Amino acid sequence: MDILINDKQDFITPVPGIMMKNEQVIIKRRTEDQLSHLDVLESESVHILREVAAECVNPALLFSGGKDSIVLLRLAEKAFRPGPFPFPLLHIDTGHNFPEVIEFRDRKAKELGERLIVRSMEDSIKQGRVVLRSENQSRNSFQSVTLLDSIAELELDACIGGARRDEEKARAKERIFSFRDEFGQWDPKNQRPELWDIYNTRVHKGENIRVFPISNWTELDVWEYIAREKLEVPHIYFAHTRDVYRRENGLLPVSHLVQPKDGEQSENIMVRFRTVGDMSCTCPVESEAANVEEIITETAITHITERGATRMDDQTSDASMELRKKEGYF
Amino acid sequence: MAGNNKISFSDTELLRFITAGSVDDGKSTLIGRLLYDSKSIFEDQLSSITNTSHKRGMKDVDLSLLTDGLQAEREQGITIDVAYRYFATPKRKFIIADTPGHEQYTRNMVTGASTANLAIILIDARKGVLTQSRRHAYLASLMGIPHLVVAINKMDLVDYSRDVVKKISQEFSEFAAKLGLDNIVYIPMSALNGDMVVERGENLSWYKGSTLMEVLENIPIDNDINLEDFRFPVQLVCRPKTKEFHDFRGYMGRIESGQVAVGDKVTVFPSGLNSRIKEIVTYDGFLDYAIAPQSVTLTIEDHLDISRGDMLVKTENVPRVSKKINTILCWLSETALDPKRKYLLKHSARIVKAGVSKIDYRVDINTLNHEIVDTLKMNDIGRVELNVQQPLACDDYQKNHATGSFIVIDEASNNTVAAGMICPANT
Repeated sequence: MDILINDKQDFITPVPGIMMKNEQVIIKRRTEDQLSHLDVLESESVHILREVAAECVNPALLFSGGKDSIVLLRLAEKAFRPGPFPFPLLHIDTGHNFPEVIEFRDRKAKELGERLIVRSMEDSIKQGRVVLRSENQSRNSFQSVTLLDSIAELELDACIGGARRDEEKARAKERIFSFRDEFGQWDPKNQRPELWDIYNTRVHKGENIRVFPISNWTELDVWEYIAREKLEVPHIYFAHTRDVYRRENGLLPVSHLVQPKDGEQSENIMVRFRTVGDMSCTCPVESEAANVEEIITETAITHITERGATRMDDQTSDASMELRKKEGYF
Repeated sequence: MAGNNKISFSDTELLRFITAGSVDDGKSTLIGRLLYDSKSIFEDQLSSITNTSHKRGMKDVDLSLLTDGLQAEREQGITIDVAYRYFATPKRKFIIADTPGHEQYTRNMVTGASTANLAIILIDARKGVLTQSRRHAYLASLMGIPHLVVAINKMDLVDYSRDVVKKISQEFSEFAAKLGLDNIVYIPMSALNGDMVVERGENLSWYKGSTLMEVLENIPIDNDINLEDFRFPVQLVCRPKTKEFHDFRGYMGRIESGQVAVGDKVTVFPSGLNSRIKEIVTYDGFLDYAIAPQSVTLTIEDHLDISRGDMLVKTENVPRVSKKINTILCWLSETALDPKRKYLLKHSARIVKAGVSKIDYRVDINTLNHEIVDTLKMNDIGRVELNVQQPLACDDYQKNHATGSFIVIDEASNNTVAAGMICPANT
């Protein structure tokens, strides 16, 4: 079955036989057992996902194939099995994704037996909704247009995303249930107070909320959870040799979109990606970490923030994430 | 972060804390110091604030810049209520709810405090216990924060005087005793110089107590969650109706407090019907028992009509069920409380309509005096009796935060306009 769907005839039929892991396992727990921080974070996220399912009319889970959304999928399994997910997966495809990530995305949706909807920026460009200066320009910020169009088309009142507050300072001030007005915009100074874990999910027609169940997780928490749950992630997260060249403080991966300029020398070195986004602006870091345990060690001792190291588009100004969020970005 | 390859964070506990103090008390410097000395600041963050410090003509790095705000805040001179920050040591993971001191302190502190295990109240050693310190202590007690640290900061400006610390802690203790606060930890420090934050420094050798970091890492938090009273609000009913799970009917939710085991006799509220726990289902397998705050799916022996918003409790330990509730409301909205209107009240997984039957008083949070009022405005705290359309299964907030708390939503704007805490009927 072909999962990549760009026309409007979408939903994948769930495959039958949703499985529960280790059904017969009986886990003994003693009262004096202390829940670990991962247990507490997991339970908080599951609680959030269930609130979305219970109170929102038409939610979707934004799935990119990246590590944070992979964690979201496992959390959704924890929240809803043995039932199906009460929402489809939605991917906003920039057309500049790493091919192995797209392959992973499609396979994962199939394995889970959940619906995957793909909306493509290519379509937004064809329709004239997105105008690029050049074909190879970073498409990261333009995702907002396709995302907002998809929200309107699918009449979504909630989009679940994998953003974390430790990523960036605009995120640090965002709510778990983050209200967006009818233009999809985030107004940082007009956010709803969020107390205890009682979430206000109410919106008027045309408005929507973004929900970030792993707001309180850090990059290290995500990798520890991937290790604990034995989650598969795309190979480009692990160390591999790649042609890259150095520009400013970062490494740029050579691809059909990104070529060294005059005077820039490409070299073939061991790298891995810490995030997987738009190929034209996602930079790898030099690393020998070939498996999850080594990534955890590396993350625990790393000296550069995740976005600082890997996203050219966040470095353009101190407030670039904040500006993009106000325009409707995740 | 910390340069130790052997670090394993996977079995650490999570501590959430809030810092209360105004900008002048050195709150940003303290948070910056905690992050810096615990090696939680990244190179790119450090180089960014170093540049800014030098641009502003400062010789040393201004650690308070780490918590500097958004462009919108800088441009408009406003401060957005709560920012969350994260750091970890090999012992614990920490979440800081960083709330600005000046504007709308009540709203901000109440929001940040609602999820905190611990509050750090900052006092400027030169100024001593101020009105605002009392206000912070009052809000900490009102919100039932289990642990309180008083950080007597700027000790470098009072020659690290022991007498200053003695005077401040005595004065604070007297006031705190009136609020029923005990077990307060007093720590003299200089966040600027790093004395007694993470490192002991050399200037406070007379002080034999713990550093702030030692307190944060070691204060016991296992008892912060109520493990006595089993309360399980049903978030969702799971009926997959697949071939494999044809007759499966599971109640999904999080154990908000207490613990539950297979075979326990349970009562469903508000219906009052009884059954027994048949299974505790999780994605990872069946449990023989589970504790707060685990999210699980429960099945019961009998076929009862249970839906979202109902609450499962143990039959021998039941909550109060009432349509009339006494509450403390913290009003959060610019639009004042209109006692004639109906509001929505969200309590655990249940949303009900509610109206005001009377406003008992407003608390002057500086003097703790009660004032007779006919409305509550933004940042006001008052005791209000509410009528709810359907009976709520609830506990007193001070006994059980999860079933004693609620939010008030304005149905017209959909905004969250108040935070509420249920209190005993007879006080």
